[in-house]
Amino acid sequence: MKYWDEKHECMDRKELERLQLFRLQKTVAAAYQSVGPFRQKMRDKGVLPGDVKTLEDIRLLPFMSKQDLRDYYPFALFGKPLSEIARIHASSGTTGKPIVIGYTKNDLDIWSEVVARCLTMVGADKNDIIQISYGYGLFTGGLGLHDGAGKIGAAVIPASSGNSQRQIMLMKDLGATVLCCTPSYALYLSELLAEFGVKKEDLKLKYAVLGAEAWTSGMAREIEQRLGVSAHNIYGLTEVIGPGVAIECQAGQGMHISEDHFLVEVIDPETEEVLPDGMTGELVFTCLTKEGTPTIRYRTRDLSKITKEKCSCGRTLARMDRIMGRSDDMLTIRGVNVYPSQIESVLLDMGQTSPNYHLVVDRVNNLDILEVQMEIPGDLALDGIRQLEALAVGIRRKIEQTLGISCKVTLVEPRSLPRSEGKAKRVTDRRKM
Amino acid sequence: MYGIKQISVFLENKEGRLAKVTKILAQEKINIRALCVADTADFGILRLIVNRPDAACAFLKKAGFAVTITEVIAVKMADSPGSLSDFLQVLRECGVNLEYMYAFGGVAKGSAINVIRVDRVSEVFGLLLEKGVALLSEEEVYEL
Repeated sequence: MKYWDEKHECMDRKELERLQLFRLQKTVAAAYQSVGPFRQKMRDKGVLPGDVKTLEDIRLLPFMSKQDLRDYYPFALFGKPLSEIARIHASSGTTGKPIVIGYTKNDLDIWSEVVARCLTMVGADKNDIIQISYGYGLFTGGLGLHDGAGKIGAAVIPASSGNSQRQIMLMKDLGATVLCCTPSYALYLSELLAEFGVKKEDLKLKYAVLGAEAWTSGMAREIEQRLGVSAHNIYGLTEVIGPGVAIECQAGQGMHISEDHFLVEVIDPETEEVLPDGMTGELVFTCLTKEGTPTIRYRTRDLSKITKEKCSCGRTLARMDRIMGRSDDMLTIRGVNVYPSQIESVLLDMGQTSPNYHLVVDRVNNLDILEVQMEIPGDLALDGIRQLEALAVGIRRKIEQTLGISCKVTLVEPRSLPRSEGKAKRVTDRRKM
Repeated sequence: MYGIKQISVFLENKEGRLAKVTKILAQEKINIRALCVADTADFGILRLIVNRPDAACAFLKKAGFAVTITEVIAVKMADSPGSLSDFLQVLRECGVNLEYMYAFGGVAKGSAINVIRVDRVSEVFGLLLEKGVALLSEEEVYEL
């Protein structure tokens, strides 16, 4: 099956925009009525729901941030009474209280619907066996993929995260054809195959649906080669709905956003000005159909750009680029802005390198110092000190050329850097600010 | 037959890494014949000649080390002043560039054995044998 919902995935843009406007007006009116803090923000700006007459008028509306979700923890931003709430998910902040999102039954239906679209888009259908190795629980990854996979009628293996040896055993013995997890975990599992005496030919995997962290196309190619799959980037965040906001189709030219449910804008994170298509900026999402926690102009901190050109797969849904970084992950080193994903790109474009790296930032004598630790590939021919030193120097020069910052490159032993079963932790910042 | 399998292991300059390697080899009852370490500030390369190189390589890889097998030559010479100098003269005459060398410990009285690493190993065997240099075969080295 090519499309899960051909009507909405291939909709004429004019028609899609009419649908978006209708849904936007309805969402804004409902939120104004039921969400006190939203109403107050609208009043502060002197805007009424009736002022939204075109899609462009969304620019009149206030932004919503993660801080709002913290400030109004737990229920003040809910748009429905708890009797109408069917599920609650939470995303952990690194400090303090989590943020909490409520879903009505209708929200859960829509969520599974968009995930079903995503899985169909990568090529999966009811004949597939889908192993879900995202954590199940408050995190949206596990249950989000679970419900979508159920909707397309696939056989679901709800493996959750962790216990990697069992993951590999299940994948092999049950003949999983689709793996869903974070890209760093997929890479880790691929490293463990050899250790447990499993070859990629012993697996039946066809597709990997990977997301929940920023990663590069170089890492995608590495995972594809090691696991013998086609790797698809899936995008989503709890504040919007969870995984399933967008995914890469088989054409692999960006991630299709389910725009009939999620209206996307790209803004300049500093000036908050809306940028034209094709310009890189911060993604801002408005949920057009979600009721539990109405989400209007949510600032994601994720940096990307979008195109609304029709894709060769036939879909008209806008496509967003791979996330180049989160403004939260951005490191400022001696005044230069650096994203871990930029360093990953440099490493993977060079050859003789590995996607397992860690960045350590420190301040010595008031000067920022960046150290790039990279595991040497296990199969590197390494008899000579000179070759290894040349490799380290080569990486250092390439980073200097590409990013304009100097760094120290330290080669470390294979499998010596910490591994994660969820999102990878790529940076240790020892600077005391 | 004169190509000796040397194991090179990448080691970070951290406490206990060399000990980890020797412990694995001890557990697997692998005997070390010769050894040298080349190091920099951050990492080193441990080069080993052992009695069962393929097995040692497999065990170390399994333990997560980055390991490579490189071909080297084992040269036998008299344990007397000037013999190494004479041998290096032979290499020079042959136009062979020496990358590194190190000595075997505890061999028969009266003779010394050196491990040498050169470019184009298989060509160099012929040149050295022609010049009358005594080389040890793989079997001889592993059984030393």
